[in-house]
Amino acid sequence: MNTSNWTWFHRLGSPPTLYRLADRLAPWFGWAAALGLAAGMYGGLWLAPTDYQQGDAFRIIYIHVPSAYLSMLCYALTAGASAVGLVWRMKLAHAVAVAAAPLGASFTFLALVTGSLWGKPMWGTYWVWDARLTSELILLFLYLGFLALNRAYEDPRSGERAAAVLALVGVVNLPIIHYSVVWWNTLHQGPTVFVGGGSDISPRMLAPLLVMLAAFTCYFVACLAKRVQAEILERERNAAWVKEMLEYS
Amino acid sequence: MNSLHEFLTMGGYGAYVWSAYGAAAVALLLNAVVPLRRLSRLRAALRRKQTP
Repeated sequence: MNTSNWTWFHRLGSPPTLYRLADRLAPWFGWAAALGLAAGMYGGLWLAPTDYQQGDAFRIIYIHVPSAYLSMLCYALTAGASAVGLVWRMKLAHAVAVAAAPLGASFTFLALVTGSLWGKPMWGTYWVWDARLTSELILLFLYLGFLALNRAYEDPRSGERAAAVLALVGVVNLPIIHYSVVWWNTLHQGPTVFVGGGSDISPRMLAPLLVMLAAFTCYFVACLAKRVQAEILERERNAAWVKEMLEYS
Repeated sequence: MNSLHEFLTMGGYGAYVWSAYGAAAVALLLNAVVPLRRLSRLRAALRRKQTP
């Protein structure tokens, strides 16, 4: 294999490079997120027409769907970084996984809370033990277990590796969450936004949702970058480049 | 939406819609503030260690 194709990978594996990259990217993604959230909420809460079945309660979709989507994307990232850390023994990959997990947990929590606030007026109950809600709750426990395992060992390396294995085992939950509304009978509505042959919802309702999805993703990248920076600084506190950087900034 | 009243009451679903958006605001704010504070504290601590 041509080794030169992998130089970017090795460079990302260098703590100062990743630290500086995160430092440079975070503000851009942060401002993009702020603009997107403002535009998306204006579109979703004011411009979008009232739903003929759900009234204005449907407007919860603009935070519920992005939260749920990020709860899963973030898990995929946590598990992917964990795999890289286990296979290539790359310390930074574990740092990324540990940085992503609390964000994922908060998005999962938000998806569950906004979902139950949407469920009460629509289904008449805050909670039902069906496949979609239960598997999303399990996702929250996976995140919490991952974070707890990370700190459960005296040697942080052992904790990282144990947590990484848990993250990989938990990947089986992702397709279950995604297909739960198709595989099992549920109160939760089926796929509406991205279905074969185009979307089921009107463009004036859909556009703000797409904006919110993009804004939440930018927000996630910005927060992740800052968390990765903190993880790197903590792990590299005695490195020469950290001392140099602190001196000249 | 045609009026401020309609916007605030959300057609009778105001309590649910605004609670959901409130929860989101709190979660997003915490996610942004916590790492920023942790980072600046960490930088300050490392700098202090370095001075002598």
